[in-house]
Amino acid sequence: MASHGIRDRVAIVGMGCTRFGEHWDMGVDELLLAATDEAFQSAGVAKRDVDAYWLGTAQSGMSGMTLSRPLRLKDKPVTRVENYCATGSEALRQAAYAVASGAYDVAMAVGVEKVKDAGYQGLNALPIPGDGTQRTLTAAAMFSMVAPAYARRFGVRDAEMRTVLARVAAKNHANGARNPRAQFRREMSVEQLCAMPAVAGGLSVFDCAGVADGAAAAIVVRAEDAHRYTDRPVLIKALALVAGDGSGLMDPGYDYTTFPEVAASAAQAYAQAGVVSPRDELAMAEVHDCFTPTELVLIEDLGLADRGSAWQRILEGAFDLDGDLPVNPDGGLKSFGHPVGATGLRMMFEAWLQLRGDAPPERRIATFGSRSLALTQNLGGYPGEMISFVSILGTP
Amino acid sequence: MRGILGWGGYLPYRRLDRATIPPVAGSGGGTGTRTVAGYDENSTTMGVEAARLALCRSEVAPRTLWFTTTEPAYSDKTNATAVHAALGLDRTAAAYDNVGSVRSAMGALRAALDGDGPAVVVAADLRTGLPGGPDEAAGGDGAAALLVGSDADGPVLAELLAWTSVTEEFLDRWRTPGAPAAKLWEERFGTARYAELGAEAVKLALDSSALGPDQVSALIVAGLPDRAAKAVAASSGVAGGQVADRLADRVGNVGAAQPALLLAAELERARPDQIILLVTLSDGVDVAVLRTTSALPRYQPVRPVAGQLAAGAPIGYGTYLAWRGMLPVEPPRRPEPARPSAPAAWRNREWKFGFVGSAGEEGMVQLPPSPLDPVRSPMAAALGTIVTFTVDRLAYSPSPPVVFAVVDFDGGGRLPVELTDVDERELRIGGRVEMTFRRLFTADGVHNYFWKARPLRVETGEH
Repeated sequence: MASHGIRDRVAIVGMGCTRFGEHWDMGVDELLLAATDEAFQSAGVAKRDVDAYWLGTAQSGMSGMTLSRPLRLKDKPVTRVENYCATGSEALRQAAYAVASGAYDVAMAVGVEKVKDAGYQGLNALPIPGDGTQRTLTAAAMFSMVAPAYARRFGVRDAEMRTVLARVAAKNHANGARNPRAQFRREMSVEQLCAMPAVAGGLSVFDCAGVADGAAAAIVVRAEDAHRYTDRPVLIKALALVAGDGSGLMDPGYDYTTFPEVAASAAQAYAQAGVVSPRDELAMAEVHDCFTPTELVLIEDLGLADRGSAWQRILEGAFDLDGDLPVNPDGGLKSFGHPVGATGLRMMFEAWLQLRGDAPPERRIATFGSRSLALTQNLGGYPGEMISFVSILGTP
Repeated sequence: MRGILGWGGYLPYRRLDRATIPPVAGSGGGTGTRTVAGYDENSTTMGVEAARLALCRSEVAPRTLWFTTTEPAYSDKTNATAVHAALGLDRTAAAYDNVGSVRSAMGALRAALDGDGPAVVVAADLRTGLPGGPDEAAGGDGAAALLVGSDADGPVLAELLAWTSVTEEFLDRWRTPGAPAAKLWEERFGTARYAELGAEAVKLALDSSALGPDQVSALIVAGLPDRAAKAVAASSGVAGGQVADRLADRVGNVGAAQPALLLAAELERARPDQIILLVTLSDGVDVAVLRTTSALPRYQPVRPVAGQLAAGAPIGYGTYLAWRGMLPVEPPRRPEPARPSAPAAWRNREWKFGFVGSAGEEGMVQLPPSPLDPVRSPMAAALGTIVTFTVDRLAYSPSPPVVFAVVDFDGGGRLPVELTDVDERELRIGGRVEMTFRRLFTADGVHNYFWKARPLRVETGEH
């Protein structure tokens, strides 16, 4: 029993991604058509050439027919998947394994979320009948507890911590400002960000991911077939997923300064991909910056900085677009918003652009040309009870 | 010998300064403060708190629970069963509502004293009136519980010597069910009726127990008609110094909870072998004659009424009106929560109502309980420490913001849980908390009961 992975056996040969934002004029159908159309064109295939589809959506539709109906797919297997905010990554994972198994030659993973039809700010989970004792705290408040815990454990002063979190947001806003697909395209200074009023714990609205509609899609084939579709495929090196058992919420030993599910999924991914020293081998990382303290902790859980040092590395600019290891070069959830089903695939879309050299010069990662591996990390849930997905992608 | 085996009084944390009423309402108010139930409290939850205090000093397991209030959270559905569940009483212990008027409280106490086996009488009330009116200022919110039984059940602290009841139909006040305020007939009519009936009932009670008014150590006159209460005390023959304080200055009239609350306050002050007269004016008069026993000094209430009178924190009049539904305020811009599922609540009733977790073979306490664990772990009495906390200004709450903490319980177990009766400024890591039974929200008329943590303001040990 082991997490063997499918290193170098499956390639991404085409991708698409809509602009993320408040698409008042687009529904789920239009978003799906836009993202899949771009992916079909990117791979040079038609919808009938794709043998099987996986649709990731958390709550914008039920069943595979959410995709098969708008695309008018005839006699195709279409599966809807959901795995909290890692839903988009889960769709890709299923499609990749299906191709690797030999069951299908060409598969598509699509992720979509139409968030802005709900009528309320933020993400609101579908109510599942329960005994009424479940927490009703927002995700912002749950993640807000990470910041003071981290500061206490590693001796960071409150004002310093505020600056570190603002620095994370400023970096992602700066990256998003250069990206035409991002929801927010305005740079924000550390000073502006530090002055925002708190809404959940010490977090301001600007410490939170935006709320956006969007869709993204990927077409995968077995690696040996990739050349039929593109001369610049992106190979899947690792796909790792860990669903936590929720014990962090009940365990007095848990201290809110780490996400054990992320560390475990990262370890599996690095083993699958043969990555020994991620901070020396990765060209970039797209991580799930749903809130600024999340990115801080993720950098350590992914081994991109030593435990207790990420805050200093952030202040040094190590994860900036021109830093040693760019993190969220596209702008992250901070600039893109978080259409739940699409986010994981949006992260892979950025890896696809950067690894292939398709990102325009003004937003190209400084490591381009010297390194060829990208990591995406996508999570769902809360500190203490989390789903974590990590992929590693690379050029041949 | 049957009588009182234990008691607990519960005053909610918030206090409304009556002087803050007239600047807004244009009239009403007065001097002193009244108690105010939290937005997350109702008669059921306050009753649970009082009953927990009454039962925690005793090994006696009640065979009957009587719940009484003028403000039941439900009609048709019994409220006493939620109290029963929160207290974790045996399933063969009966639980009944006796609700509607202040008189119901005396009826419940009488039934408990007349019955067999130990019983707990749980009285709780929220008293409201229209803004600027006399009931708004004179009312109070609170609860009290009396553990009743015989010397076969446990040490009797105050023995019942006699009970006299005079019943008479007349209209002094009335309220349409569900209405926020009562209506009153010209007050002089009611005062006259109660003065006459009170004098008659007190005389009957003293005669039947062969006592004279000079032998009474404490005369409690409970009931909503305030002038009549004073008149009955004045005509009773009991010396003015022996007449019990009705707690109007700091609590207000807590309606159906008043007889038990005033009795609890007097029992806390009483010495052995004293006579206490509990008179309640409500559609007639009930008088209970009690004599304290030599066991009384050994009973140490975990949270005396006197201490609670001095505690509490102020609440603004606007917030008070909003909490009682008298002032519609802008709701949070979040979806309202769905009503809890009845079958799910039933399956998880030990957890939801009783705050019972589980423990595995390694001893780790699971909150909520795990179906894999062999052992139940009751946690309602456990004290805890705040590990970390947050204030959520985005989440839905009947009274935002949500104050939330990760709590580690003494002896094991952790729960991220909402805090209540808390001011943001007093939050600190390492702060001590206790658990309290609350109404999280009401959806589709369903009251969603569960437990919250509140700052432990007096370290009194477990209860």
